[in-house]
Amino acid sequence: MRRGPRVGDVVVLLLLAAWAVPYFWQVRTSFTPDSELLATKHVVPQNPTLIHYRAVAEKSVMPRALGNSLGVASLTTLLALLLGVPAAYAIARLPLPGKGLLLLIVIASTAFPQIATVSPLYLLLRTLGLRDTWTALVLANTSFALPLLVWLLAGFIREIPLELEEAAFLDGAGRPAVLRLVVLPLIAPGVVSAALLTFLAAWNEFLFAYTFTATEASRTVPVALALFPGVFEIPWGDIAAASILASLPPVIIVIALQRWLVHGLVAGALKD
Amino acid sequence: MTARERADRRTGLLFVAPALLALASLTVYPGLWVLWLSLQQRIPIFGISRFVGFQHFAFLAGDARFWNAARVTLVFTGVSVALELALGLAVALALQRQRSGRRLALSLLLLAWALPSVVTAKLFEWLYHPSAGLVNVILGGHAFNWLGDPRLALAGLIAADVWRTMPFVALLCYARLLTIAPEVYEAARVDGAGRVATLAWITLPLLRSILLVALLFRTLDALRAFDLMFVLTGGGPAGTTETLTVYAYRSLFQTLQLGFGAAIGCVIFALVMLVAWGYLRALRGEGATA
Repeated sequence: MRRGPRVGDVVVLLLLAAWAVPYFWQVRTSFTPDSELLATKHVVPQNPTLIHYRAVAEKSVMPRALGNSLGVASLTTLLALLLGVPAAYAIARLPLPGKGLLLLIVIASTAFPQIATVSPLYLLLRTLGLRDTWTALVLANTSFALPLLVWLLAGFIREIPLELEEAAFLDGAGRPAVLRLVVLPLIAPGVVSAALLTFLAAWNEFLFAYTFTATEASRTVPVALALFPGVFEIPWGDIAAASILASLPPVIIVIALQRWLVHGLVAGALKD
Repeated sequence: MTARERADRRTGLLFVAPALLALASLTVYPGLWVLWLSLQQRIPIFGISRFVGFQHFAFLAGDARFWNAARVTLVFTGVSVALELALGLAVALALQRQRSGRRLALSLLLLAWALPSVVTAKLFEWLYHPSAGLVNVILGGHAFNWLGDPRLALAGLIAADVWRTMPFVALLCYARLLTIAPEVYEAARVDGAGRVATLAWITLPLLRSILLVALLFRTLDALRAFDLMFVLTGGGPAGTTETLTVYAYRSLFQTLQLGFGAAIGCVIFALVMLVAWGYLRALRGEGATA
């Protein structure tokens, strides 16, 4: 068999690169000075500049928003795992009264439209005095990330051979110990996948963040980007720089953590 | 019941309780509350809060803006999902033959899917710029006003959505293709099946179930889509891209009619549940005949 890239492979890569051009174009825009922006003559900017990044770093709320997003997405992931791992184990392995109904609720709630639950949630969070806080966003994000996470993890847990757990029982371990010492290490790759998907969903979430926040104290990156100020003209270069910063975690996940991302995405859909 | 079974029962309840509590208070409860809210006139700034029964729904039945939004939602969903499935399938089939550079290929593919949709909106807003946007430059210097022209805006919006979500469909199909044993293709070759016959009689039937899953996921997401249109076009121009979600949001938080907005939210809710239910029924019917 011939080694090395074949023509067909290269063609597919080129087509996929073409699909990604809208993003690459935004990368280009973020390094292009304003004087060249409105007259597109060259693919590569003639005088590449960091001025847009400097403007975003020094004059916009983006740095603060990046901090908020990082905090909210991390805490959402943590909370969803804390709640989701034991629940997934119970659903996969333990006798529960009304398990069928429980599963139906979990699955149905993944289909709940955010636009329907956003107004009651808004009233609820306002009553609790949580408007414009990280807590509000973490709770709201956890609520929509949790069903998928439980579903994914329960699937991974079912794949573990029962004998491994039985052996631990014979050694006198209780359920919590079995979960911690036997099950968790075995589903670690699945946990990483589920955590990545949760983090990504929380990082990208817009509707809740836009509704429940009011100031830069809690505004996340998508909100800051949607509200990016332009006084007389739209600052295309600054917006481009801000969107590149906003896309850093997703880009890192797609490139460096791809294996786990794909693992989780595929597991959720191929199992039913 | 043995002691261990009793203990397992207790542990099980203990393990699901926190997650169930979170889900009940943050999803199920709001999901029921919105039904109640839709039967009320709630305008907080005027201190109005009273029960009006099905008045909002009666109003919606004769509301031209509502029917327009419903039409936009259905066109957006139908066209986007059809294009995503067709393109996603094509990409998956191309990737199946890929021998080298798969990791790079998946990175390029998944990039569009992983971005926040607000970023996608900003990307396309700039690509669609009437004079400097890349789209018009490539089209030879036309000055199409993609987002400002009522005849073009919905197409522009759909293109952005297809760009963002095709990779998801492609990945699912590709993953399913990887699970097909090489022997299956080998046998087909031995039997003298050509490329077209193999595709039509082996590959596509094997992809059927995953395509149905992708169809369900994508339809539900397209019906619920909000971020992209809200940021890219804001529902304009002249309401040509105003989906039910955008109409609901504007009623809820811009004109602050919480009850009325909740009613539109309930319509979307019902639509989504109807699609999910119909899908499950169809799937069950298929399982019985297969």
